[in-house]
Amino acid sequence: MLGIIDRMKAQLEKTEVYKSIFRHSYQDTQRNRALQIVDNVFLHLHPVRITRHATNIGFTWGMGGITFLLFIVLTITGVILMFYYRPAAEYAYDDMKYLMNDVAFGPLMRNMHRWAAHAMVITVMLHMFRVFLTGSYKPPRQFNWVIGVILLTLTLFLSFTGYLLPWDQLAIWAVTVGTNMARATPLLGHEGPFGPELGMRIDNDVRFVLLGGTQVGPPTLLRFYVLHCIFLPLVGAILMIVHFWRIRKDGGISGPDVSSKKF
Amino acid sequence: MSRKNFLNVAGWFGFAGFLVTATLGAIRLMVPRVLYEPPSAFKAGYPEDYIVGEVNEKYKDEYRVWIVRDPDGFYALSAICTHLGCTPRWLAAENKFKCPCHGSGYHRDGINFEGPTPRPLERLKITLADDGQILVDRNIKFLYEKQEWSKPDAFLKYG
Repeated sequence: MLGIIDRMKAQLEKTEVYKSIFRHSYQDTQRNRALQIVDNVFLHLHPVRITRHATNIGFTWGMGGITFLLFIVLTITGVILMFYYRPAAEYAYDDMKYLMNDVAFGPLMRNMHRWAAHAMVITVMLHMFRVFLTGSYKPPRQFNWVIGVILLTLTLFLSFTGYLLPWDQLAIWAVTVGTNMARATPLLGHEGPFGPELGMRIDNDVRFVLLGGTQVGPPTLLRFYVLHCIFLPLVGAILMIVHFWRIRKDGGISGPDVSSKKF
Repeated sequence: MSRKNFLNVAGWFGFAGFLVTATLGAIRLMVPRVLYEPPSAFKAGYPEDYIVGEVNEKYKDEYRVWIVRDPDGFYALSAICTHLGCTPRWLAAENKFKCPCHGSGYHRDGINFEGPTPRPLERLKITLADDGQILVDRNIKFLYEKQEWSKPDAFLKYG
């Protein structure tokens, strides 16, 4: 029996289809292992080799990787939620209730989305804290720190825009309070420094553009939905690619000074 | 400047011009021309419809405005908490406005006395329309801290 499977496997590996998909065998040689990484579109962002300390959880906390994992969880559960959710004021709240009460696995998907979102904000901050503690923002990694700060604000903005979508009282008033801060934007807010002098009114300032009106209403729901589901994840994904790529280009995961005798 | 140089510069200017125009157009697109919101000015019925001493909540749901009838006239209070913009509630039994979000409280004249809010409620322009109805314009605000409550349109004198 096993002989048949082995022979079928050998036969399969000779076919053109198989060889067009898998370029390398499982041969455990340094060269083959490196080729497996660099020839894979998903894995090639990884370095072929890493230093020993880079696998030390005590040093990295794994927070960047956990954040990325949560982002993937949020993307998948978010897409699933989009099958039932309509971003219109008449439907949004009912669709959320429908998801929670009548859709099979709906509560699981929504709760996973919610908890992963909360967790991602926390892990992003812990990641930033670890990078600060280990001095990993120092040259040559300054640029990647800046990308990371933008990713932090994108994470917070994703969290904020998602908060409106249930369209309940908590969501509407939380976003009312949150967006009222935009009134005080310097130059671009109608209650901010030099705003009124530049002709800013309640119906033409930066808050108005964000809300699509003078108050949180149906246009705001649609705007936040598009920002939450399309614009912010897209920008975030692009910056994440840059962020991961720059880790390698800046010399891999930072670590103790190996030239020093202590290590 | 050689012809090659000129074309190079012109090409880049054209490209930059396209990008700037497209960006400005995209920003303009995000500013709506039509709002499906209640109009900023509205008529609030005839003065004799009001009972002296009442805080009228009839126009609160749609316009976020209280119309207060004092013995000598009317004033319109904006039902937007001056702390962070929630809608306070009128508690008739306690004779005060109370915000459910963070607990800011205001006397019936709009002066703040408790909670985190830094300033009184805003009053709105209140006049009599040609047909004798009360006319409130939410776009014109009168701020206590700027001594604007004594301005003519902040209070509608009525016997």
